[in-house]
Amino acid sequence: MRKPDRKSIIEGHELRYEYLHYDDEGKVDSSYEALKGVDLDVKEGQFIAILGHNGSGKSTLARQLNALLIPTGGTLFVDGSDTRDESKVWLVRQAAGMVFQNPDNQIISSVVEEDVGFGPENMGVPTKEIWERVRKALTAVGMMEYRKSSPNRLSGGQKQRVAIAGVIAMRPKCIVLDEPTAMLDPGGRSEVVGTVRQLNREEGVTVILITHYMEEVIHADRVIVMDEGKVVMTGTPREIFSRVEDLKKIRLDVPQVTELAYMLKQSGVPLPDGILTIGELTEELGKLKGRK
Amino acid sequence: MEIRIENLSYIYGQGTAYEKKALDNISLTIHGGEFIGIIGHTGSGKSTLIQHLNGLNKATSGAIYVDGKNICEEGYSMRDLRFQVGLVFQYPEYQIFETTVLKDVCFGPKNQGLYSEDAEKQAREAMRMVGLDESYEQKSPFDLSGGQKRRVAIAGILAMKPKMLVLDEPTAGLDPKGRDEILGVLRDLHRKQEITVVLVSHSMDDVADYADRIIVLDKGKILYDDVPEKVFTHVKELEEVGLAAPQVTYIMKALRQEGWDVKDTVTTLPEARDQILKELGAGAAFAGRSQDGLTGGKADD
Amino acid sequence: MLKDITLGQYYPGNSIIHRLDPRVKLMGTMVFIVSLFAFGSVSAYLLATLAIAVVVTTSKIPLKYILKGLKPVFVLMLITVLFNLFLTPGRTVWKFWKLSITAEGIRFAIHMAVRLTYLIIGSSILTFTTTPNSLTDGLETGLGFLNVFHVPVHEIAMMMSIALRFIPILMDETDKIMRAQEARGADFHSGGLIRRVKAMVPLLVPLFVSAFRRANDLALAMESRGYHGGAGRTKMKPLVYRRRDVAAYIAMAVYLILMILLKFFVKIPVNIL
Repeated sequence: MRKPDRKSIIEGHELRYEYLHYDDEGKVDSSYEALKGVDLDVKEGQFIAILGHNGSGKSTLARQLNALLIPTGGTLFVDGSDTRDESKVWLVRQAAGMVFQNPDNQIISSVVEEDVGFGPENMGVPTKEIWERVRKALTAVGMMEYRKSSPNRLSGGQKQRVAIAGVIAMRPKCIVLDEPTAMLDPGGRSEVVGTVRQLNREEGVTVILITHYMEEVIHADRVIVMDEGKVVMTGTPREIFSRVEDLKKIRLDVPQVTELAYMLKQSGVPLPDGILTIGELTEELGKLKGRK
Repeated sequence: MEIRIENLSYIYGQGTAYEKKALDNISLTIHGGEFIGIIGHTGSGKSTLIQHLNGLNKATSGAIYVDGKNICEEGYSMRDLRFQVGLVFQYPEYQIFETTVLKDVCFGPKNQGLYSEDAEKQAREAMRMVGLDESYEQKSPFDLSGGQKRRVAIAGILAMKPKMLVLDEPTAGLDPKGRDEILGVLRDLHRKQEITVVLVSHSMDDVADYADRIIVLDKGKILYDDVPEKVFTHVKELEEVGLAAPQVTYIMKALRQEGWDVKDTVTTLPEARDQILKELGAGAAFAGRSQDGLTGGKADD
Repeated sequence: MLKDITLGQYYPGNSIIHRLDPRVKLMGTMVFIVSLFAFGSVSAYLLATLAIAVVVTTSKIPLKYILKGLKPVFVLMLITVLFNLFLTPGRTVWKFWKLSITAEGIRFAIHMAVRLTYLIIGSSILTFTTTPNSLTDGLETGLGFLNVFHVPVHEIAMMMSIALRFIPILMDETDKIMRAQEARGADFHSGGLIRRVKAMVPLLVPLFVSAFRRANDLALAMESRGYHGGAGRTKMKPLVYRRRDVAAYIAMAVYLILMILLKFFVKIPVNIL
């Protein structure tokens, strides 16, 4: 277990966000509340996964963490800075870096290494240090050999790793990834999730991974399930996946192994809740078979 | 409708520095009424292959017979072919351009030369097939959610009344709910409308659940072409080409290694459940047991 | 089609020309073009030919490749030359119907042909040997003095580099959307002008929608990575002049001096043309 007294890096209280729709005369003609009072507390070094459908409010929440959106209600502190304070906006963005869904639309330069250097350039980091940071960041995501390549020649997974490197080069305390794998094939997905886990474990970077793929959250310290702008479940992956029925109600998946265990249980097989891996299932089934 | 492909090869950018053999001597037959899954790693040639089915790509060599006629020959009407073989591209919502859903879905039938009224009738039918009721007709397609837009795009193809529907990764980027909706629509189309469905995917779970025949492509060649149970017995070979079997197949393999008498060719969850229950001596035997007895059961192993 | 255009594309290499500072190459191209128009004599053209031959040889770019770049602009050149040939007033040497060719016309036409060819060769050597990024860098630094006149040089350079990054992506996308609409029976290749223009709507609307979406995404991504204009920015690859760059500037100066000397001291009679 990790130390319980770690510092909070993100503290959100009663977060709300309302999208306003304007008519032709510039008056508000409709509004839509995407976040309806969300509390969030993330400690340094944690790996947090946020699950939910499109429209559940998870992307809105992610954008608030990076001060791209400012809460219309509630308070949000990122690394001690209030995101409403305009003078701190660059501090917030540096503390919580962000990786987006579409790999093509977040790479700015036509050369990999220059793209990774973009963030540090904006921060005014001296040239020599930029090179050092770029080298480290590309090595951390395993893309060093492609540093001279054009992003257009890379696979989706590789592009996302470049995007992650671009964020790491800014030395953030926390990375927020907003559905980074939604547009990737299975190979690309495991590439990206593997990279993120490694950064969390080896570099101690706090990770907030937003996704709708259940397999990707199994290794998280804590899973937050959102639906219709609210947090509906929170707990360890095992706790969350024990509630197969609740997840199905909001039409989220569970990994096939968890689903099979659930189906067996429904048929009367006394398996424990929240089986997450094939090893766990075969072991539990083995016990049952043995006692027959 | 039957499509027979014989020794099809396709080379990209022939004569340039970027020349690449995308398809290499492919032969296969698609029969009317089938539900086929085509799987392969990115760059395996699956998208290139399906664009031959409606003549968007022209074969470098080989022949494609649609109901006995070679489409590679001079004078074959590619436009008619496109109306018979409906091709839904990856992220098809990006092709939407009209101001209302109905108008956009009408684009295909109008290109077929139908009068507005008939085109609208077909468009409405197509919208029903994908589960969009009339309240959507006058909405702007750009205001819809990702999953809904995608259904509009699929309706745009269905409105042309194709006999065969070919889809390139129709669930890419959707959340589980949107994915289930789309796959449900496809299953209905196949069962109720008897449309031949060719589904390109890299989600093994989806393909295993829905298709009755799977074609695995690798580097432009056909690696396997068989029923799912048979294809997924080649777990190792699939992994070597960057693919995997559904997780349930791995579970059954693991159980088999522990000495269980289950088939490792299982590809769907209900099958797996039934086999495990059978091995455990029927579910009923457990009905009376309490869960408490289980937690300390390590000694039983 | 679009992919056949070699003009303006980078030709990878490691020659000394490739390695020169982009500012030097920009300046060199400018000097060369100015010299073509300022010194229009046979001897000046001979010197220009010599200069370009030296540069092409050192750049190690096959001549065939450079000449291929001339093809797409050939029609344009032909029109210019014909205009000059027929529409220049002067001493008529040949007359046919309402068209007449004058001696001055012939001279202008030849001048124009030579200048345009050299202009295109000269500027394509610049783009062949300079990556788009370093070209943008060169423009940004080289034209930095324009900041004084409130020209947003950094922003223009940023715009250029983003455009360079997204042109291939949007070209792919155009191809994809065209195919997708063709699968719905759209026809981009037949019919009269009005029909063809109308047929573009299903292509252009999605393309614009997509371009705007990408622009929006990119703006968010840039903002989240701390981009706030050129102020306070450092550079990962600042431009530094090296010895070869100084040498190149000297060569340029020598070229100019030679041009001037030729103009005043070497008189090849013009009427040989």
